[in-house]
Amino acid sequence: MVKVAIFDYGAGNIFSLKSSLEKNEAEVDIITDLKKIKNYSGLLLPGVGNFDPAIKSLDTSKIAFHDLVKNQVPVLGICLGMEMFFERSEEGKLGGLGILDGEVILLPNKFKIPHMGWNDLQIKQSSVLLEGVKEGSWVYFVHSYRVKPKNDGIIKADSDYGISVPAVIENQTLFGTQFHPEKSGKVGSIMIKNFLRVCKK
Amino acid sequence: MTLTKRVIPCLDVDNGRVVKGMHFKSIKDAGDPVLLAEKYSQEGADELVFLDITASEQQRETIKSLVQKVAQVIDIPFTVGGGVKTLQDARDILLSGADKVAINTGAVKNPEIITKLMGIFGKQCVVIAMDVRRNYELKEDRHIFTSDSKKFWFEVYIYGGKTPTNLDAIEWAKEVERRGAGEILLTSIDMDGTKEGYDIQLIKEIVNAVNIPVVASGGCGKPKHMLDVFLQTNVDAALAASIFHYKTHSVDRVKEYLKENGVPVRL
Repeated sequence: MVKVAIFDYGAGNIFSLKSSLEKNEAEVDIITDLKKIKNYSGLLLPGVGNFDPAIKSLDTSKIAFHDLVKNQVPVLGICLGMEMFFERSEEGKLGGLGILDGEVILLPNKFKIPHMGWNDLQIKQSSVLLEGVKEGSWVYFVHSYRVKPKNDGIIKADSDYGISVPAVIENQTLFGTQFHPEKSGKVGSIMIKNFLRVCKK
Repeated sequence: MTLTKRVIPCLDVDNGRVVKGMHFKSIKDAGDPVLLAEKYSQEGADELVFLDITASEQQRETIKSLVQKVAQVIDIPFTVGGGVKTLQDARDILLSGADKVAINTGAVKNPEIITKLMGIFGKQCVVIAMDVRRNYELKEDRHIFTSDSKKFWFEVYIYGGKTPTNLDAIEWAKEVERRGAGEILLTSIDMDGTKEGYDIQLIKEIVNAVNIPVVASGGCGKPKHMLDVFLQTNVDAALAASIFHYKTHSVDRVKEYLKENGVPVRL
């Protein structure tokens, strides 16, 4: 059984993500720092909360986080969790984890914000996370910001909300989704499984 | 393709059972919330809403354990509301496994709670539930509308639709958006329980007043009503209770009907 950890910023529902991982046969611990991260085969940064308080809760773990990524321990960032991979976000004043070059910007206000609901995926490149996921699959989004990576080659799928919203990013063992796989029914469960498969290796 | 319209079954929960009120008054028993949640989720519901209509102090623990049970069985988002007054109430519900928390009376009494919640949990978690009724006693500084040549304004009600607040619904919608709400759950008290259709006029006005998603609620008696609200307004989601509870219409069949008639839905 693969053992993974969810980092808890103390700001929202991580219960659904935990249930989803457990349904896919992972053993899950909730952690609030990365001191014992060596005990786990993968890390999840959940998608709930607000940028500054969340990044603050990771403050003492920044170095450990960079080591983790360097050592190719799989990390899945969901929504805010993915946004924190980048250098900065328009949601907050504090810097991000800076593991990926680029920034996080507010959706244009000619659209309703947040972008909330089911939207379809346009797959741009093959990806480990999207293995077995069909073009046009519906996934659940709820976000006000979008990521803008410097290297857009890491964008594996996007979604159309009047503008193109990067939906899945992947860079070696670093994975991110703007939508919530744990809330996206069966399709989401496929992606959770794919992530856990990477963790097993 | 683009963002789809959401179909949301609502479960009014009293003492751990699903019930449905008529004009917020008479109540019929409709079933086990966890079983219904699982069934709706499998049928293709886009989201679920649970409203704890008892919401007394003793109900706190009941609702927390219900939220936990529901979160274990479904893999779509769900909102929980009813009696949420303090940050701690909201926190309890979100940390038990709900994705969003709906606040009505608590936000009218203490609007700062919206900004506080948004600051901690993010605006996507904060749903403002608005129960609205037409008031035909005209007052100054109200948005006045006309229907069947009668003039009225839209007034916000609290305490489960029992108490008028003198608040203009259009202004209140704008204020909750400004304070950081992520969504409005808009119920027409006039139409709720009538099964005669949504209050199209109310929904149109609120949708036009704000730039956050709005969920229409109150009055849905048949799939045609859902089609009407999606075709005649720019609302994001439609909520219904009784048409789904009593097996009159399954969620997937309603969504197929919407799709056949040109509404983008997830199937």
